[in-house]
Amino acid sequence: MSVATGTLRLSGATYRYAGARHDALTGVDLELAAGSVLGVVGPNEAGKSTLCLVAAGLAPVVVGGRLTGSVTIDGRETVGMRPHELAQRCGILFQDPQAQLSGTASTVFEELAFGPCNLGLPLGDVIDRVEASLATLGIAALADRDPARLSGGQAQLVALAAILALRPDFLVLDEPTSQLDPQGTRLVGEALRDLARESRTAILVVEHKTSLLDQLADRVVVIDHGRIVRAGPSAEVLGDPALVELGVEPPPRVRVRAALAGAGLRTPDEADQLLAEPAR
Amino acid sequence: MRPDPGPDTSVAIPEPGAAVLPAYVLRVPTGPYRALNPLTKFVIAIASAVVAFGVRGWTGPLSILVVTAAIALIAGVSRSLRRFVLATIPIVASILLVNAFLYPGATDVLFRVGPFAATGTGVTVALQAVLRVIAFALSVAVFSLTTATDDFLADLERRGTGRRLTFVIGSAIRTIPTMGSRAIEIVEAQRARGLDTEGSIRRRLRGIVPLAGPMVFGSLGEVEERTIALEARAFSAPVRRTAMRALPDSSTQRALRWVVGLGSLVLVAVSVAGRFPLP
Repeated sequence: MSVATGTLRLSGATYRYAGARHDALTGVDLELAAGSVLGVVGPNEAGKSTLCLVAAGLAPVVVGGRLTGSVTIDGRETVGMRPHELAQRCGILFQDPQAQLSGTASTVFEELAFGPCNLGLPLGDVIDRVEASLATLGIAALADRDPARLSGGQAQLVALAAILALRPDFLVLDEPTSQLDPQGTRLVGEALRDLARESRTAILVVEHKTSLLDQLADRVVVIDHGRIVRAGPSAEVLGDPALVELGVEPPPRVRVRAALAGAGLRTPDEADQLLAEPAR
Repeated sequence: MRPDPGPDTSVAIPEPGAAVLPAYVLRVPTGPYRALNPLTKFVIAIASAVVAFGVRGWTGPLSILVVTAAIALIAGVSRSLRRFVLATIPIVASILLVNAFLYPGATDVLFRVGPFAATGTGVTVALQAVLRVIAFALSVAVFSLTTATDDFLADLERRGTGRRLTFVIGSAIRTIPTMGSRAIEIVEAQRARGLDTEGSIRRRLRGIVPLAGPMVFGSLGEVEERTIALEARAFSAPVRRTAMRALPDSSTQRALRWVVGLGSLVLVAVSVAGRFPLP
């Protein structure tokens, strides 16, 4: 397994879509280092998907619009990179998995091979990558299925596997578990954790399921109206009671803690201790 | 990162046996016709359509029907042709009605239905046109039943058709069933909101507008998303694209393509010029 290196950095990144009157992102500063997982939460229309496009370099390189500030991968500005170069450095998963699929492959195997084939890799490498991606997400049983006839959850896993087959150093995932059941969500969480730990892939993940971020992310940023309004270690940010006011549901750990403390049954510290016990 | 070897966008053909692909990806064609190169089958289909429509009289469409039926038997797809024939029913019915009753200048009346008179000339023209339509449908059907879409696209790309053009053709082919299922989803969603799309023709026509809007705008939005998603999958990489399957070709097949292609054009030219009168 190759080991990823490098840093993806946004410095004062401000982005406006072509024809728009307002900035979709304003002065965003972020750093994503090898092996780290950064969670992004925020209400609807906060700019999370735009952040994904900008971080992956697709905005403005493919999407158009105007970017000020800087977005760099290993010190190189993404605006100076070509789309296929970006694809190999930073993989992006979109919200709608069906729109991400090529629409020309007859089987999931060929769908996953689409990206590596575009890169002109030797067939043996293509097969290795496809098989590894299928195994990583536990979807080998889908390999011979028609991608157009998958359920939403299956399509989401296939779209993620298709991105993994490109073996990028950075992954930008826009709600990767939105159509998955709890088991699928857990599987994806474990796969992402393993990718970060073993291959040192840096992952930026937008998620409404804060319970997943609670277990997966090292750091979390809260975005609202295109600005980062809160950033810090995940336990600290996700434990902030003010998160609810921003339209973000805190993870169950935090809600139970608040409920216990609110009922006067435990002090917050005792509640934390109680909640930590099953994990020991 | 891989070096950029320049703007060569042709397809790299894998060495036979160099890597092991699953059987469902390899899809080794069985039988002499299926094993032909996709372009050879495509040229045969196009030439059949050209002869069916271009050669005057009964000979063109009838001969193509016979040839296509023989190919379908050899390829083992004759049973599957039924649904393609059934699909031509609306157009066949309209051809028969319009020509039989409304053929301009025809006076040899066979029978009357109210104010309309069916003429012998009109019926003859209609039957010839119907045969042409069926011959065309069957030649296209035999091609699509014996050729995997991605094999055809891969072969086109290998021959120098641009990656983008090939992709557009492939997406268009595979989008047809997707559009059908989306239309059903939209109609069901509209019905759930109380829109009545059943019953009289007037009601059904009224149901088209709320169907067409989401279909058109949804498809346009999807095109933009898909374009971005393709770029995120290195679609525009200026390297030789890896082919999943080798698609064999031979000098015999190349010769066959030229003979069939040029032969069909010559037949049509001769027929149109009236140099070779056929029944």
